[in-house]
Amino acid sequence: MASATRERRILLGAMLFLATLPGLAQLLGEPYLVSLFSRILIYGLAAASLDLILGYGGMVSFGHAAFFGIGAYVVAILAFHSADGSAVPLLGLAGTESALLAWPVAAMVAGLAAALIGAVCLRTGGIQFIMITLAFAQMLFYLFVSLSAYGGEDGLSMWDRSRLPGLDLGDDTVFYYVCLTLLVAFLVLARRLVNARFGMVIQGARQNEPRMQALGFPTYRYKLVCFALAGAAAGLAGALIANQTEFVSPGLMHWTRSGQILVMVILGGMGTLFGPVLGAATLLLMEEVLSMYTEYWMVYLGPLLILAVLFARRGVYGWLVGGDRE
Amino acid sequence: MLLFLEQVLNGLQLGVTLFLMSAGLTLVFGIMNLINLAHGSFYMIGAYVGATVTAHTGSFLLGVLAALPAAGLVGMVVEILVLRRLYDREHLDQVLATFGLILFFNELTRILWGRQPLFMDVPALLSGTVDIIPGAPYPAYRLAVIGVGIAVAVFLYVLITRSRIGMQIRAGASNREMAGALGVNIHLLYTLVFGLGALLAGLAGVMAGPILAVEAGMGESILILTFVVIVVGGIGSVRGALVGALLIGMVDTLGRAFLPGLLRLVLPASEADGVGASLAAMSIYIVMAAVLAWRPRGLFPAHG
Repeated sequence: MASATRERRILLGAMLFLATLPGLAQLLGEPYLVSLFSRILIYGLAAASLDLILGYGGMVSFGHAAFFGIGAYVVAILAFHSADGSAVPLLGLAGTESALLAWPVAAMVAGLAAALIGAVCLRTGGIQFIMITLAFAQMLFYLFVSLSAYGGEDGLSMWDRSRLPGLDLGDDTVFYYVCLTLLVAFLVLARRLVNARFGMVIQGARQNEPRMQALGFPTYRYKLVCFALAGAAAGLAGALIANQTEFVSPGLMHWTRSGQILVMVILGGMGTLFGPVLGAATLLLMEEVLSMYTEYWMVYLGPLLILAVLFARRGVYGWLVGGDRE
Repeated sequence: MLLFLEQVLNGLQLGVTLFLMSAGLTLVFGIMNLINLAHGSFYMIGAYVGATVTAHTGSFLLGVLAALPAAGLVGMVVEILVLRRLYDREHLDQVLATFGLILFFNELTRILWGRQPLFMDVPALLSGTVDIIPGAPYPAYRLAVIGVGIAVAVFLYVLITRSRIGMQIRAGASNREMAGALGVNIHLLYTLVFGLGALLAGLAGVMAGPILAVEAGMGESILILTFVVIVVGGIGSVRGALVGALLIGMVDTLGRAFLPGLLRLVLPASEADGVGASLAAMSIYIVMAAVLAWRPRGLFPAHG
C-alpha cells in the first residue's frame, strides 16, 4: 500500500511542523501565529471528536457545539466562584482555578450531557437525528442566554487562565504545547478506539445496523457510549477555548458554531480523525487570509465551500493522501 | 381574556408565516430528499427586495410583486447552478454546500444594502386596527397576513391534490424514475417546485418586513423554527407542515406571553421572569423532542 506510507509521512510532517511552530513564529517575528495555531488545535480537537461519531458512527450531529460550550462554561463558572469565594450552586462546593480539577470536570459534565441528549436523539435517525441534535443545542444556547448570574447573553470573562502545577498557562507558547499534547493524546486514543472491537461495532452499525443487531450487538448502547465520549472530548476542547480567550459566551454553542465544526470535519475528510484537524486549519486560515484582503470575506468563503463539496469529495486529507481509500 | 385572544392571533400570524416557509422546504425535503439550509436566504431576499422597492415606489403592493419573482428566480438559479448536483449526494454534503450558500447570501446583502437594518412601514391601507370582537382592536396588517397564509394553504391544497402539476409532484415524490419514464420532465419539475418554495419563502419575508427589522441573517432565526416545524409535522407532508406551523407558532407565542406570569405564581418575580423567558425560548424545542421521542417520523409521515 503506497498510500499507507504516504499517510505516515504526512502525519509525521504535520507533527514536525506543529511541534516546531512556536520556534518558527519567533524566527518570522510573528508571535501572533502561536495563538492562531492554538485556536486551530483546539477547534481541531472539537472537530476530531465530532469525526468520531460522524465519520465512524455515521451520526450526523448538528449540535456538537453544545458540548464544546458546556466545557467552556464549566471552566469559566468554576473560576468565577473561585474568584469571589462563593459556592457553586446546586453542588455547594467551592470553585476552582486548577486545570487538573476543572478540565476533567468540564469533560465529564459535557460527556454526561451528551449521554442524556444522545439517549433521546439516538432513537431517531436520518434527517430527524440532524434536527433533534440541533434542537437540543439550541435549548442549551437559550438556557445559557438566560443565566443572568453568569453574564447571560454578554458572556462571562475569566480573570486568568487555569493553573497547572509547574507550568505557566498564561504564557502563549506553554499553552500551545499543552493544547498540542492533549490533541495528540486524543488522536492516538481515538485511533486505537476505532480500530478496537468497540470501533468495529460502531462502524458496522453505520454500514448496516440491522445486521449488527442480528449478530447480537446492542448497537444503541455502543452508539450512545460513542456519542458521550465525543461529547466529553468536545467539552475538553471547550475548556481549552475558554482558557485561550479567557472569555465564554452563549455564542460558543450557537448553531452556526455547530455548523462550523461540521464544515471542518467534512472539509478535512471525515472518518480519518486527523483530517478534521487539517479541516480546522484550512477553514480558520482561510478566514484569516481572506479577512486580510476584504471585510466581506464570507462572500468568497461560501462559494469555496460549495466548490469543495462539489469537486473535492474526500476532503483535504483524502486529497493529500491520494490513492483509493473507498 | 382579551390579551389571550390577542396572543392567540399573534400565534396564528407566526404560524402562517412559518407555514409559508415550511411548505416549500418540506416539499424539497420530501420530493428531492435535499436538506436546504439556504431556504432562509430566500426569505431574506424577499424582505430586502420588498423593502427596497417599497421605499422607492411608496407602494407596498409593488414591493410584494417585486419580491415574489425575485425570490423565486434566485431559488431557481441556485437550484440549477448548485443544488441539482447535490440530489444524489449524502445529506452531509448538502448541509455543507447550503451552509456555504448562507454565508454567501448574508454577506452579499451586507455588500448591497449595508450593515444597517432596513425598516418597512405598514402599508397605509392596513395601518389601522380592526375590532375582532367589540372592544378588542387588533392590527389590520397582522390580520391580512393571517388571511394571505390561509389563502396560500388553500391554493397549495388545490394545486397538489387537484391539478395536473400536483399529480406530477406526487408522482415524482413516490417514485422518481417511474415518473420520469412516464414522460414527466423531472428536472424541470424539480426546478419549478424549488422556485415555488423559494417564492413562498420570499412572500413570508416581505410580509414579515413591516413587523421585524430587515437585516442580514434574519433568515437563520426563522430557518431553525422552520426545521422544527417540518420535523414535528413529518418530512414531506404539506398537511404536517400546516399543523406543525400552527402548533409551533402557538407554543412559541403563548409561551413567551404567559410563561413568566404563570411562573410568578410559584417563584419570586425577578427569577420567574428570567426562568420564564428561557423556558419560553426552549419550549418549541421541548415540543419537538417530545414529538420525536413519541413518533420518531413526525406527526404526519409522508411515506408509509
